[in-house]
Amino acid sequence: MIGKNSLFGPIDPAVESGYSDPPARKGFFTDTSVCIGCKACEVACKEWNAIPDDGFDFLGMSYDNTGALGASTWRHVAFIEQPAGRRDGGSSAPVDLGMPSIRTSDGDTAAEEDGKPDFRWLMSSDVCKHCTHAACLDVCPTGSLFRTEFGTVVVQDDICNGCGYCVPACPYGVIERRKGPEGAKNVGIAQKCTLCYDRLGAGMTPACAQACPTESIQFGDVDELRRRAEERLEKLHADGVQEARLYGHDPNDGVGGAGAFFLLLDEPEVYGLPPDPVVTTRDLPRMFNRATAAAVTLFAGAVLSFLGRRR
Amino acid sequence: MTELKRPEQDARRRGRGRRRKRDGEQSMVPEAEFTSYYGRPIVKPAPWEADIPAYMFFGGLAAGSSMLAAGGDLTERPTLRRVGRVASLLSLTVTLVTLIHDLGRPSRFLNMLRTMKLTSPMSVGTWILSAYGPFAGLAAVSELVDMLPEGNRRGVLRLASALGKPAGMVAAVTAPPVAAYTAVLLADTATPSWHEAYRELPFVFVGSAAAAAGGLGLLAVPPEEAGPARRMAVGGAVLEMAAEQQMERSMGITAEPLHQGTAGRLMRASKALTALGAVGALLSGRSRLAGIVSGAALITGSVCTRFGIFHAGQESAKDPRYTVVPQRERLDRGQPIRYED
Amino acid sequence: MAEAHPVGFQWVMEAKKRGAKVIHVDPRFTRTSAMAHTHVPIRVGTDIAFLGGIVNYVLSGELDFREYLLAYTNAATIVSEDYVDAEEFDGLFSGFDPDTRTYDTRSWQYAQQEHTGNSEAGTHQQRETASSMQHETHGAQMPGFPPRDETLQHPNCVYQILKRHFARYTPEMVERICGVSQEAFLEVCHAWTENSGRDRTTALVYSVGWTQHSVGVQYIRTGAILQLLLGNMGRPGGGIMALRGHASIQGSTDIPTLYNLLPGYLPMPHATDHPDLQSWVDKVRQPGAKGFWSNADAFAISLLKSYWGDAATAENDYCFDYIPKLTGDHGTYRTVLDMIDGKVKGYFLLGQNPAVGSAHGRAQRLGMANLDWLVVRDLFEIESASFWKNSPEVETGEIVPEECATEVFLLPAASHVEKEGTFTQTQRMLQWREKALDPRGDCRSELWFFYHLGRLLRERLAGSTEERDRPLLDLAWDYPVHDSGPASGEWAEPSAEAVLMEINGYEVATRRPLSSFNEMKADGSTVGGCWIYTGVFADGVNQAARRKPGSEQSWVAPEWGWAWPANRRILYNRASADPDGKPWSERKAYVWWDEEAGQWTGHDVPDFEKTKPPSYRAPEGAEGVKAIEGVDPFIMQGDGKGALYVPQGLIDGPLPTHYEPVESPFRNALYGQQANPTRKQYSRDDNPLNPSPPSSEEAVAVFPYIFTTSRLTEHHTAGGMSRYLQYLSELQPEMFVEVSPELAAERGLVNGGWCHVVTARSAVEGRVLVTDRLRPLRVEGRVVHQVWLPYHWGTGGMVTGDSTNDLFGITLDPNVLIQESKVGTCDVRPGRRPTGPALREYVEGYVERAQANDGAPVVTADADAVRASQAVADRGEQA
Ligand SMILES: Nc1nc2c(c(=O)[nH]1)N[C@H]1C(S)=C(S)[C@@H](COP(=O)(O)OP(=O)(O)OC[C@H]3O[C@@H](n4cnc5c(=O)[nH]c(N)nc54)[C@H](O)[C@@H]3O)O[C@H]1N2
Ligand SMILES: Nc1nc2c(c(=O)[nH]1)N[C@H]1C(S)=C(S)[C@@H](COP(=O)(O)OP(=O)(O)OC[C@H]3O[C@@H](n4cnc5c(=O)[nH]c(N)nc54)[C@H](O)[C@@H]3O)O[C@H]1N2
Ligand code: SF4
Ligand code: SF4
Ligand code: SF4
Ligand code: SF4
Ligand code: SF4
Ligand SMILES: [Mo]
Repeated sequence: MIGKNSLFGPIDPAVESGYSDPPARKGFFTDTSVCIGCKACEVACKEWNAIPDDGFDFLGMSYDNTGALGASTWRHVAFIEQPAGRRDGGSSAPVDLGMPSIRTSDGDTAAEEDGKPDFRWLMSSDVCKHCTHAACLDVCPTGSLFRTEFGTVVVQDDICNGCGYCVPACPYGVIERRKGPEGAKNVGIAQKCTLCYDRLGAGMTPACAQACPTESIQFGDVDELRRRAEERLEKLHADGVQEARLYGHDPNDGVGGAGAFFLLLDEPEVYGLPPDPVVTTRDLPRMFNRATAAAVTLFAGAVLSFLGRRR
Repeated sequence: MTELKRPEQDARRRGRGRRRKRDGEQSMVPEAEFTSYYGRPIVKPAPWEADIPAYMFFGGLAAGSSMLAAGGDLTERPTLRRVGRVASLLSLTVTLVTLIHDLGRPSRFLNMLRTMKLTSPMSVGTWILSAYGPFAGLAAVSELVDMLPEGNRRGVLRLASALGKPAGMVAAVTAPPVAAYTAVLLADTATPSWHEAYRELPFVFVGSAAAAAGGLGLLAVPPEEAGPARRMAVGGAVLEMAAEQQMERSMGITAEPLHQGTAGRLMRASKALTALGAVGALLSGRSRLAGIVSGAALITGSVCTRFGIFHAGQESAKDPRYTVVPQRERLDRGQPIRYED
Repeated sequence: MAEAHPVGFQWVMEAKKRGAKVIHVDPRFTRTSAMAHTHVPIRVGTDIAFLGGIVNYVLSGELDFREYLLAYTNAATIVSEDYVDAEEFDGLFSGFDPDTRTYDTRSWQYAQQEHTGNSEAGTHQQRETASSMQHETHGAQMPGFPPRDETLQHPNCVYQILKRHFARYTPEMVERICGVSQEAFLEVCHAWTENSGRDRTTALVYSVGWTQHSVGVQYIRTGAILQLLLGNMGRPGGGIMALRGHASIQGSTDIPTLYNLLPGYLPMPHATDHPDLQSWVDKVRQPGAKGFWSNADAFAISLLKSYWGDAATAENDYCFDYIPKLTGDHGTYRTVLDMIDGKVKGYFLLGQNPAVGSAHGRAQRLGMANLDWLVVRDLFEIESASFWKNSPEVETGEIVPEECATEVFLLPAASHVEKEGTFTQTQRMLQWREKALDPRGDCRSELWFFYHLGRLLRERLAGSTEERDRPLLDLAWDYPVHDSGPASGEWAEPSAEAVLMEINGYEVATRRPLSSFNEMKADGSTVGGCWIYTGVFADGVNQAARRKPGSEQSWVAPEWGWAWPANRRILYNRASADPDGKPWSERKAYVWWDEEAGQWTGHDVPDFEKTKPPSYRAPEGAEGVKAIEGVDPFIMQGDGKGALYVPQGLIDGPLPTHYEPVESPFRNALYGQQANPTRKQYSRDDNPLNPSPPSSEEAVAVFPYIFTTSRLTEHHTAGGMSRYLQYLSELQPEMFVEVSPELAAERGLVNGGWCHVVTARSAVEGRVLVTDRLRPLRVEGRVVHQVWLPYHWGTGGMVTGDSTNDLFGITLDPNVLIQESKVGTCDVRPGRRPTGPALREYVEGYVERAQANDGAPVVTADADAVRASQAVADRGEQA
């Protein structure tokens, strides 16, 4: 059960999980370069899945008042306001905010020398990655998290025992146990995007993708989406958008490729995504080896303690 | 009204390579530059509370105690055996209580026994515990039975009494994994300060378990029978401290939380108490009082270790820097983690 | 557009993917700007200066589409010698009367047509009745053929007047007034002109950032001038389009909820001017004038027949007397002030939440608190129904719940998915929608409400012999009802399709549905509820219900829904062909003259008489449709030409002129006339204005900042449809105020903290959002801070907050009476506002310091200029 490939590397997750003739793997390609931040995806997801509110808190984070993915937010739209100096992760120099001096109107609209506008507002709709190697699923002790025939990862809320182990296991911080008053829907149960398993089963498109007006969220066969993503990347590069990059599309990456991957316009961490995520269970065999060695050491030590002088 | 973060502020934060001082302690690594989303965490901290470190401590104590008990049994140290058996039962009971408290309902524990999953340290641990628990329990029950007046031991009780020894032996053999697996439980997460510790953490934990159980022996067993406990305590303490030292070196930036805040205080206390306990154990000789003090120090030190590491991990998950910086460095070195055949 | 029309914005994204360049001109950086190639921040309320600059750029560079311009617009038409431009009279046009602040428009007319203008009294009435709005499809009426100079050299031809008028709108001036860099401005100029002409067209899409100004109509006018100069009207990919607001808000102008219009843009008759049917109909069709309004009598009589059926006969003027008549301004703002003054007893409020959505929230609520009764039909208990118990005025003690005598009837409404009917969207397209589910509980449709209200009233009045009850009793009030639905029997839902059929119209004798308004008769033999909608039920088929996929029909998609008039998708599309009737270019071919077949043809329904050839010229003395020549695409205009210069119909001038917003910290850089001199102003103590130049600098400095308001994607207008819903409320849970980092530093505002915004009307608090998306601009050499507020919050719903509209006073555009709710001046302070009675004291303190109640002068042009302008009218009077 713990073979090299079953914990790391490119595999077909549905086949690996024992489906003999599964349908093509389904997933998302989210092209953040066309996301207009309308949050239709967030609302559609909540509507379809009847998700309770996630608090009514003003966060002061641009137009993001949801904050992050969580038990009651399965789609999350991030908003990043960026003056030009602040591009590309840590590579550019820190910017002078200019407070309290005044920007002149000349500088305001003039394009930077490199032809880029002087201010960007990035928007990006995040979701569970439906990892090829899903740490959440791997560590779940009850089998509540399972791999569907579509290669996606779904929680069965009636089986979940609320142990919470999947929560710290996810390298993207996606899954969470629902908090709330005792007795409210699925409180204490781990919750996340199901990739609309119920809709897929009925041949429908996931609610979020269906609602997206700009096709920022594209749903389909992962192979096809990967192809489309490459094409879009080439197009953007050809148009001079050098900062465009794909994230999570590579089957050789730390999670074996995400079922939901992205086109980003800046470093992943700018969007709150880990730059080089790894499925924790990649190291599990080594962990067990070390633990075994430690256990043997303990046993040996105990035995040793009883040898020698009787005192 | 606290000021809410704006991305700029984050950028400013990134912009400076200032050293961060916390708790008056100079950290080893200068603060690395990194970007994040409004300073929000990337990975989520485990939704666990004190239950879990307590569980880990008592699991270790139970395991160590079972071994001491078996040794005492074999080498005819009846007090050591009795203390070990009873302590393991009590610890085991506490672990079950903490676990069920964490899960909310007893049935949720049983839920885990529906399946056996090798990729889930929690599942494996549940089975390890299920393998160990009944025997440790049985051994302890036989001990209690043996304490009854002779005439009352009849039927099942007699059987229990008779099974005490073999059960104790099985418990001792199945005990070490109980002490070790909790390290995997923590390490097999995306929590930076837990995962990065995966190589040494099992040794820290078994060392800590041995130190605690040995400490208990020192504390509860008269000096004439406490020799093995003392040796176990000292050996455990040394192992724990050495492994911890090595662990911190290999963790890079994710070792920082072990030095900061609550975790830092706990880890400092743990080191001091463990060292003190070990030295005390070595020097205590036949002094009952010294034994009690050193034993208590070791036990408390072990508690601090578990809580310290637990908190450090939680803090490392809450600060995006521990997720971003190591990964970003990997990428900047041109060594992203990629599958290669 | 991405904010308020995200679904429509997908097509902008699609165009961008195909290489289109997107430029966004907006005071602040929005989601739209984020997707645009260039964002041009502009000082709010200065778009006429900006657009005027582009007009000047086009004219001075001769970049206009000359062939189009000559043939299809009034560029060559010669204007009266009496006309004097605003350039000469310090911002006033000729004919201004400073007492009534209206124009005698006779000097604005084309040469030899001076008599067709209005006296100043006429213009005054026009303003009271917002009659420019009635011109939505009218255009200017004119007899005969005014003189033209095809060489465009005549000093008084429209082209030359235009050139002179806009000559001072230079890039430097644009920079000074709007705070837009010359570079950014020229980028817009290049983009617009390069993408216009024979082979290319540019579409102009606007919405309420352009309309809610005291010069709102002239904003659109400037856009229209540009589109005509560049040949972008009546052609595919061109046009000037309003992105409208509420679902079917277009429908509610076509079949209006406006006080001064009847269906199909027939003006509401006026009590004194239109004593009988004939005088009213003649007002519309202007006997002797050219164009399609000449058939207005058939439209009007068919409408009356649809109201009063058999009771409407030729003998009784088709019950014309039954129609209520205008006596003056009955607009929503006037009505609210009348409520405060105790002149209004009862009020119906359907699908509107003025307590939050209308300017001067306090006046709105105080007005409603002074009614005898109020009927509110809504989905939720909105602020306009709960004002008597939880409004800000209850806090300040101005409304005492125990004493408020207004009896509020809150009736639950069925939502749009719970009833059948049509939506008319922004392209004038009607789309039928089925009921998706039955409404819950007692919720019912509007149709149900009015049908049964009418039925009950008629039952109560049955047998009455009172003359005043005749209009009700004589109504044709027999609609078939559904036998299924939320209620049945006596209380059943009426059939919306039957109503649509009546709107479409039919022959009385046979009940045969009409296919075209050309079939309407002025003899009472046809019924038709809205002539422009005739055809929607052609052949007895609900054409609005058509849903043929785009892939199965031509790219114009004529078989999706139904667009008025006559299912035409682009109005005035004759202009898509050149004067000879040939497409301007292959790429832009749309409608053309088929010589062999002897008729117009193309992708769309031609907006021209089918067989009138391009070569047709009107015979001497021709009237009505016959006077429209083969090269006159704008067939609803009296001269068939696109109007660069508008001699009739506008109250504030024949050409757009930059005036400052009514509240502005800046002096008008172009004219002594500061703000629109003809604006509708209600000067009363409960409607104070913040001072603007030329008031004293100290007074102006009390409100040093500019604020603007608009929408969030996450909320809808006054919040009735979003603040009561969890999924939307949590996305924007609190009222907030956007400020630039510079202003935050200046006023000590902290991101996430509280601040409040103060005007002479009220103070409104919200959380602070410090953002680079708002930038200080350099205007007139001074730095100006702009503040932005969404206007969606109120006291009801899951998330509550102060209402931005409490900040505004009431000042209206004179043409259509829209409120200036996009711009005002204010102060911004850290922390929360005072509560309870202290709030009023706090605001009064500001009013005092700013002397806001003193009634600043409206006419600020140089006194000599005012005199000279008035003298022109007097001369006309004597002549
Ligand atoms: N999500 C959502 N969608 C809606 C609505 C809603 O409330 N929420 N409301 C619907 C309704 S009723 C309507 S009418 C439409 C309105 O649709 P829009 O007109 O698009 O709506 P606004 O956001 O009010 O204003 C648009 C922009 O005008 C800018 N603006 C303000 N003043 C000026 C100015 O002087 N010059 C220029 N150039 N720009 C200016 C504002 O900064 C704002 O970005 O939206 C409809 N759609
Ligand atoms: N400051 C400022 N003020 C503005 C604007 C601005 O940009 N700035 N914009 C202005 C504009 S463009 C508009 S359109 C107005 C909008 O202002 P309002 O029209 O006053 O506000 P809404 O919230 O749209 O009110 C519509 C109500 O209709 C109810 N409703 C929905 N469906 C139905 C139905 O089928 N039947 C009935 N009976 N009720 C229904 C909803 O619950 C809601 O309460 O606000 C204007 N006010
Ligand atoms: S992103 Fe996290 S929650 Fe989603 S499948 Fe991967 S590990 Fe599981
Ligand atoms: S919380 Fe539920 S889904 Fe997550 S690991 Fe535990 S049992 Fe599995
Ligand atoms: S796929 Fe379904 S469950 Fe997942 S985010 Fe989209 S709508 Fe929500
Ligand atoms: S629906 Fe599409 S465009 Fe809108 S926020 Fe979500 S991903 Fe972006
Ligand atoms: S709410 Fe309706 S009209 Fe508005 S953008 Fe969405 S789909 Fe279009
Ligand atoms: Mo609107």
